[in-house]
Amino acid sequence: MNSSLAQDVPLSWYLLLSALLFTLGVVGFLIKRNLITVFMSIELMLNAVNLSFVTFAHEWHAVKGQIFVFFVMMVAAAEAAVGLAIIIAVFRARATLAVDRIDLMKL
Amino acid sequence: MNVADTMNAPLHLWLIPLLPFAGFLFNGILGRGMPKWLVTTFALLAPLGAFLAVVWAAWGAWPGPAAYGFPYIETCSHPWIDIGAVHVDFSFVLDQLSLVMLLVVTGVGFLIHAYSVGYMKHEEGYARYFSYLNLFLFFMTVLVLAGNALLMFVGWEGVGLASYLLIGFYFQKTSAANAGKKAFIVNRIGDFGFLIGMFLLIANFGTLTFSEIAAKLAYPGWQGGVVTVIALCLLLGAAGKSAQLPLYIWLPDAMEGPTPVSALIHAATMVTAGVYMIARTHVLFDHSPFALGVVAVVGAATALFAATIGLVQNDIKRVLAYSTISQLGYMFLGCGVAAYSAAIFHLMTHAFFKALLFLAAGSVIHAIGGEQDLRKMGGLWKKLPVTFAVTTVGVLAIAGFFPFAGFYSKDAILYAAFVQGGGGRVLWFVGLVTALLTSFYMFRLWYLAFLGKPRDPDAHPHESPLSMLAPLVILALLSIGGGWIGIERSAGWINMERFSDYLAPVLGTKAADAGTAQLELILSALAVAVAALGWLIAYLFYREKSELPVRSAAALPGGYKLLANKYYVDEFYGATVVKPLLAISTYFLGWVVDTGLLGGAAWLLGGIATFAGALLQRWQSGNIRSYAAWLAAGAAAVLIFLVVPWPAVLAGLSAIHLGGAGH
Repeated sequence: MNSSLAQDVPLSWYLLLSALLFTLGVVGFLIKRNLITVFMSIELMLNAVNLSFVTFAHEWHAVKGQIFVFFVMMVAAAEAAVGLAIIIAVFRARATLAVDRIDLMKL
Repeated sequence: MNVADTMNAPLHLWLIPLLPFAGFLFNGILGRGMPKWLVTTFALLAPLGAFLAVVWAAWGAWPGPAAYGFPYIETCSHPWIDIGAVHVDFSFVLDQLSLVMLLVVTGVGFLIHAYSVGYMKHEEGYARYFSYLNLFLFFMTVLVLAGNALLMFVGWEGVGLASYLLIGFYFQKTSAANAGKKAFIVNRIGDFGFLIGMFLLIANFGTLTFSEIAAKLAYPGWQGGVVTVIALCLLLGAAGKSAQLPLYIWLPDAMEGPTPVSALIHAATMVTAGVYMIARTHVLFDHSPFALGVVAVVGAATALFAATIGLVQNDIKRVLAYSTISQLGYMFLGCGVAAYSAAIFHLMTHAFFKALLFLAAGSVIHAIGGEQDLRKMGGLWKKLPVTFAVTTVGVLAIAGFFPFAGFYSKDAILYAAFVQGGGGRVLWFVGLVTALLTSFYMFRLWYLAFLGKPRDPDAHPHESPLSMLAPLVILALLSIGGGWIGIERSAGWINMERFSDYLAPVLGTKAADAGTAQLELILSALAVAVAALGWLIAYLFYREKSELPVRSAAALPGGYKLLANKYYVDEFYGATVVKPLLAISTYFLGWVVDTGLLGGAAWLLGGIATFAGALLQRWQSGNIRSYAAWLAAGAAAVLIFLVVPWPAVLAGLSAIHLGGAGH
């Protein structure tokens, strides 16, 4: 737990990395057209948040943050399973994965 | 009395209104799908139960060692309404006055319910009819039992509602629907007076309870002034309900309802509510001679006015309607000369004989298939012997022949007017002339309908069923003997005052009048002579020389036309009240206020909402990524708002600004 690497790297770096990854995820979500890429961006955002969680948990010696990360990972795994199944079903039905063209529910 | 007394209340006054209400609920909600015999059973049990409850109450209050003293007060809710300094209890009061009224209302009411079973047998809406009738009885008993003006007003409005529903019972007929509306609206004008009167009572006495008002009026200093105003407001209410000048116009039209309704509501009970109300609040009138005089003049004028119209009407029910207005005028005249007990006496006997006459007219109409025109009747006595016999009793009673009921009560009122002296003599004379006219038009009806030759050869009249004849016979017996309860043999001379002596604790004892027994005898003889004269003229006109009516109408064309058109009062009101109101409603309220102001405001609000919606609609593009972008931007905004140390930043900014200004 108290590895030298973790002690050498300052807290702000972790947080900066987390913010960077989250921003990347947001930008990817906003600009990418492919459903799988959008999906991956969401995963990236989740993992960025996870990184913040473990960082603070480590910093303040609070185990709650670490437990929360497990919850997030679990939900993300379930989400990945359901999401990929949906993506496959969409592709079979529409033969495309472009988000702008999957708009049947729009008025 | 107070709340504690109601704990061991043995009289159960609450049953009296509640039973008809239960009948109303049953027949009103479930009656449509029920078999007819069940509807009939409930419809008849309700008024019968109420009548028995009244008899039970009367029994409990009968003079004796275990008697409950009058007034007997039963408070159902204490307080009922409690706002500021005003306390109103939901309390019923049984005293001599309300007991007499209740016996009349529930007794005659039950008879008319029973009669209706036969009369309405083949009509649509059988259960609806009886539910309305029961509802009427509920409100009427509340009105009579009420211990304060507000509760009385509840019953007052309720009977108006029941009256409206029953006048418009045949609502498919435009004339019936319009007559219902007319009755309701004209009554509202009267109710307005009643309401203002109540407000003034609260403002000046701080109470609406009759006994408390009487107690406060007992202090010296209350005379005329505001008491006059209150009494006149109440008189307006009474004039609306009891069809007095100038608000009588709804009653003739109310004859559009089924005939038993005309008998119960528009002759025997509801229309007498105004008289009852004046008697109930008589202390106010006693403290205002002016208001009392107005009551007397209104009553006498109405009596004469309606009687003259009644002379030339050809619809059998309309003749009776104008006769009702006229007789109500008598009651008001009685109240106006402070002979309240005489007015209540006449109210009671009138309930008997007018209900009888209406029901007999219903029997005639029923027998000849719905015809109401007197000119098409005639010679019915052979075919309808029972109806003929009871009508004869009714006609003799209303004309005031000895010893029928009407003789005693009418005589009591005329005597009270005469002994008042001065203006009372004029009122007495008007009453006497009215008695002549009454006798004439009632015998005219009698001759036209029952005697002579049948004028309509196609009619095949048949006598009514027993369920209709039995109430008629009972009412006929009451019309004969109803007046005798006022007689008592005492000290070797016949005392005619027993009825007013009985009511004296409520209505007050009259000051000893200047009249003597001889005077009373002379006046009575004169009244009977006048009635006989009316009969004689009717005999000459409609039996002996049947060309006389036509000839006299031709001799006075203007007068006849005036009477036949009922003095053009409806036309006058139409031109002076209805038309201007309609014009204001159509043009000002309809166009300017409704279409212009309200419609415009609604249009404006709608327009703003539509415009704003059109603007905001662009935001809701349906593109998921634009939503996500807005979400991210919002999150960023919140973050900036939270993270940036605003006070320091603002301080820095102002420092720069000030620094710049300083150089």
